[in-house]
Amino acid sequence: MPTNITLEIFRYRPEAETEPVFQSYEIPFRKDWVILDALNYIKDNLDGSLSYRWSCRMGVCGSCGMMVNGTPVLTCATFLEKYLPGPIRVEPLKNFPVVRDLVIEMSDFMRKLKHVKPWIIREEEKPLSEGEYLQTPVQLADYKQYSMCINCMLCYAACPIYGLESSFTGPAAIALAQRYNFDNRDQGKKERMEALSQDGGIWECTLVGECSVVCPKGVDPAGAIQRYKVASTTEWWKSLLMPWGAKGDGRKAMGER
Amino acid sequence: MGERRWAKGEERGANALLALHPSHFRLNWSKFMTNQNPHYTKHHPRWYRVRMPIFWWVHKWVHLKFILRELTSVAVAFYALVLLFQIRALSQGPEAYENFFAWLKTPLAIILHAIAFLFVIFHSVTWFNLSPRALVVRIGKNRLPDVVIAASNYVAWIIFSAAMAWIILTS
Repeated sequence: MPTNITLEIFRYRPEAETEPVFQSYEIPFRKDWVILDALNYIKDNLDGSLSYRWSCRMGVCGSCGMMVNGTPVLTCATFLEKYLPGPIRVEPLKNFPVVRDLVIEMSDFMRKLKHVKPWIIREEEKPLSEGEYLQTPVQLADYKQYSMCINCMLCYAACPIYGLESSFTGPAAIALAQRYNFDNRDQGKKERMEALSQDGGIWECTLVGECSVVCPKGVDPAGAIQRYKVASTTEWWKSLLMPWGAKGDGRKAMGER
Repeated sequence: MGERRWAKGEERGANALLALHPSHFRLNWSKFMTNQNPHYTKHHPRWYRVRMPIFWWVHKWVHLKFILRELTSVAVAFYALVLLFQIRALSQGPEAYENFFAWLKTPLAIILHAIAFLFVIFHSVTWFNLSPRALVVRIGKNRLPDVVIAASNYVAWIIFSAAMAWIILTS
């Protein structure tokens, strides 16, 4: 078992440098340490100027996502041991602008998330006196997988389409749209379909599939997007074959305006 | 009154102690920075962005596989073109049809067909394996397992291929 391990960390201090540099830190190797522990060790003992985001250190908050040796991971859930003998290269999440060191700018994601309306939409709220909206375990199972998303943005870092085309709504936002589409209490499918069948919506996805591979919560955003495409296509055919029934909603679903 | 004065004194003492706090000895670090970014304005974010390189897909096998899968559509288009030219030759009479078949027997045509065949196989297999991701079929309360959905594609493939082989070989 080695006593030390080296981390090569992406440093970007905008006040000092125009281009980022990699800085090496040698830290004690401990079997029970994750990458985040190593970063905290560096921050506490070696270099207090290192900037990065973290909060819960238990894979729930989704704030410590970084590129480790080129793969997006939650640093709180990735052990140093996996990368023996090192060195380990830690970079900020790909496809996002970097604010400083390992801190990325995420407002693009937040805007997209809001755009897909990830909340329960009711045409009409029923009065409280009528009680709660009931749901069976089978109905819950329809969307539960997609509700596990913690907005860590690893899927955006893994998605080359998002990297090439920043207007793409992206894996997590579409998966979260599906989370509400598949919820039997929701009635906002049509609104979301309109938002997601436009430019930058579901049809940008070419199914690279890496989003689902890197997802720490097993959400399968790639699958969610493909199911959306199937639903959208079905709507389009319906509107083509039964124009009196669908009233052109399906054409909207295929991105026609 | 006395009590109040005492409190004031204490406060002043505390202030004096605070004045010795290391944070008060501020250094203007920018004076010492040799590589200071001349474009940086204090308190204004200056994000670092990178464009994806043109050859982003060569570094990882999964990305290369994805691009290859996309390229298989060229092979599919090639087959379609061959079929169209064959129909055109058929319409132009027996001589043109013979010429077309002569071209099919040239090494170039054979190599192109071999490459296209491999690509089309890759195309079919990758898409069949991905089909369970897009298709969720429910029977009653149970979801049809992914293997069944993928396998049904293969079964259909075999049936169609066998039917085609039967039509071509027996006629």
